[in-house]
Amino acid sequence: MNELQTILHGTIHRLFGDFVDKNLIQKAEEGVWPEKLWAALEEAGMTRVLVPEEQGGAGGGWADAMILIKAAGEHKVPLPLAETILASAILAEAGIAVPEGVLTVLTGDLALDGKTVSGTAERTPWGRNADHGVAVLEQDGGRVAVLVLLKGSVIDEDVNLAREPRDEVTLQNADALVGGAVDPDRIGLLGALVRSGQMAGALSFLIRQSVEYANERTQFGKPIGKFQAIQQQLAILSTQAAAANLAASHAAAKADAGDALFEIAIAKVRADEAVSLATSIAHQVHGAIGFTYEHELHFATRRLWSWRAEFGSGSQWAGVLGRAVIARGPDALWPYVTAR
Amino acid sequence: METFRFDLCELPEETKGLREEVRAFLRDNLKGIPLVTRAQTWSGSDARFSAAMGAQGWIGMTWPKQYGGGERSFFERYVVLEEMLAAGAPVGAHWIADRQSGPLLLRFGNEEQRQFFLPKIATGTCFFCIGMSEPDSGSDLAATRTRADKVEGGYLVNGTKLWTSGAHHAHYMIGLFRTHYDPAKKHDGLTQFLVDLKTPGITIRPIRDLSGNAHFNEVIFEDVFVPENRLVGAEGTGWDQVRAELAFERSGPERYLSSFLLLVELIREVQKTGGTRAEEEIGRLVAHLVTLRQMSLSVAGMLNAGENPALEASVVKDLGALYEQELPVRAHELTGIEPTIGTGSDFQQVLGYLTQVTPSFSLRGGTREILRGIIARGLGLR
Repeated sequence: MNELQTILHGTIHRLFGDFVDKNLIQKAEEGVWPEKLWAALEEAGMTRVLVPEEQGGAGGGWADAMILIKAAGEHKVPLPLAETILASAILAEAGIAVPEGVLTVLTGDLALDGKTVSGTAERTPWGRNADHGVAVLEQDGGRVAVLVLLKGSVIDEDVNLAREPRDEVTLQNADALVGGAVDPDRIGLLGALVRSGQMAGALSFLIRQSVEYANERTQFGKPIGKFQAIQQQLAILSTQAAAANLAASHAAAKADAGDALFEIAIAKVRADEAVSLATSIAHQVHGAIGFTYEHELHFATRRLWSWRAEFGSGSQWAGVLGRAVIARGPDALWPYVTAR
Repeated sequence: METFRFDLCELPEETKGLREEVRAFLRDNLKGIPLVTRAQTWSGSDARFSAAMGAQGWIGMTWPKQYGGGERSFFERYVVLEEMLAAGAPVGAHWIADRQSGPLLLRFGNEEQRQFFLPKIATGTCFFCIGMSEPDSGSDLAATRTRADKVEGGYLVNGTKLWTSGAHHAHYMIGLFRTHYDPAKKHDGLTQFLVDLKTPGITIRPIRDLSGNAHFNEVIFEDVFVPENRLVGAEGTGWDQVRAELAFERSGPERYLSSFLLLVELIREVQKTGGTRAEEEIGRLVAHLVTLRQMSLSVAGMLNAGENPALEASVVKDLGALYEQELPVRAHELTGIEPTIGTGSDFQQVLGYLTQVTPSFSLRGGTREILRGIIARGLGLR
């Protein structure tokens, strides 16, 4: 880690450590916005890691942002930090000044008409809480990034498995700032990157939590972590988490270097598979207590079960990867992998 | 919290030229070798090929020049290894000497031993095998019973080593023998020796594996004299040395690149038919491959920085074996084509070979269960 990354790492884990506990997550699930934590994140500049320095941001890259995104996943933070960072990245790419406040991304049946946007965005992350949304919309046959003011939009509230807002947002002639050209799949791609990072972080929580539990829960006169059956399962969990973590870091580093479709697809595929194995092991090790609402394990596992499906499932991204690999041909695989 | 240290590691720019050199070398030197033979990669032994690699300076690459090494970086060595494996080069003859016997001698050998052995190894003409397992000592290495008893000027070795890969074409063995026995401290009293396999009293019996090939052996010692100056390290330090050696053994790209040719041939096969299912499966396998490569590179980065990646190496080896054992299963499921021996297409023969040998991938160099035990210890469970 470089100097900026060390600072980011220290700051974000301290902040989350101070603010995020079971009570805060539970309250958020009941609809209470963790206002103080969000203010603290903004105050510390964490939401503007990808915003250019001339706009008052940290001027960082995805490798830096990934530290924050993983931390948010690890602490099960019930806030749209990943979404705000994602939206700010697209705005920065399109040359639109990044506004203060909560940002999200809008995908669905939306149309740009001059300087206004109308239509409906499906399952918008944190739609009810966001001040602005970022969409990639058609203009004169191309695609441009658009910043939409969400004040006045109609929100039909819904949630994912972790009770994180996933709202239907309906806009009618909403004021919009139109930016430069952006790849039509940009939101989906960078969305997959941030979810891969959040999953990697939450997988790190699963190891820590499961090892802790296995070392303290006693049965047959000894901690269950002393049983080889449990040890072998936790070893699997940890290797899966390690793979997902490195894949996410690799994708972030490539996103800074340019075209990262290959590595982001890999990160989402790898995280998806790791999640399915790891959540199952973590619950098995925790036994009945981990199946209660009382225990905090599910705050991570329910997030993971939703995130693995959001912004393209592992299978969908594997299809994207496989199609490209097959099209390039068998003998091109090794040269391609080593030239990336 | 990330439990293991897998720092992202990019190969330095200057390795690009080396990679091209290796590819050019492989184009010339792999000509005419059938695909199914190449599928054996580091299990395939070819003394001519090893000598050619030695002549290129690609064995003992990271070792000091005074011992015949190249003083190159671990990254340069990594590039040579992964190119060899991906192409299916028959690198087995010198593999063990380059990977672990040489590094072991550099670390624990004395000056005379280094000067005697390392330059020979680096030329690709001196091959080693590892005498660890025995009939009653597999995963439980401390149960080693083969004895080395002190006699005038050296030691007399008696006992049997088992599953010794490559002993039938190796010149030397680094053997782990018992020089002292205390039932309360089985890890003590173990000592490593350099054994010239031409010494009288040694019988090497090949053991046919389930595929009919004979890669590993039974090595029987009957009053075999090993001179004093062939003891490695000190009497009784064998256990610690072996543990260090196993870190070398588990850390390389061969732990996920032993069956790369099957992935290539599988892609060639599904290219004919296409389909969403094939695309998704190939995509998933490639995602594993690339992630394993990053993990393996990260381990190389730690080696290059002089750190000890024993724990991370165990993680890569465990995940690598899972991936490689999945490959023939997916190939079967996707194509339904019958694996063959000696007849049929390249794909069928490579599938036939790897279907039979992949069970050994989670046995050799530390079983899956032993590795996971090491990982569990790293997690603080033991």
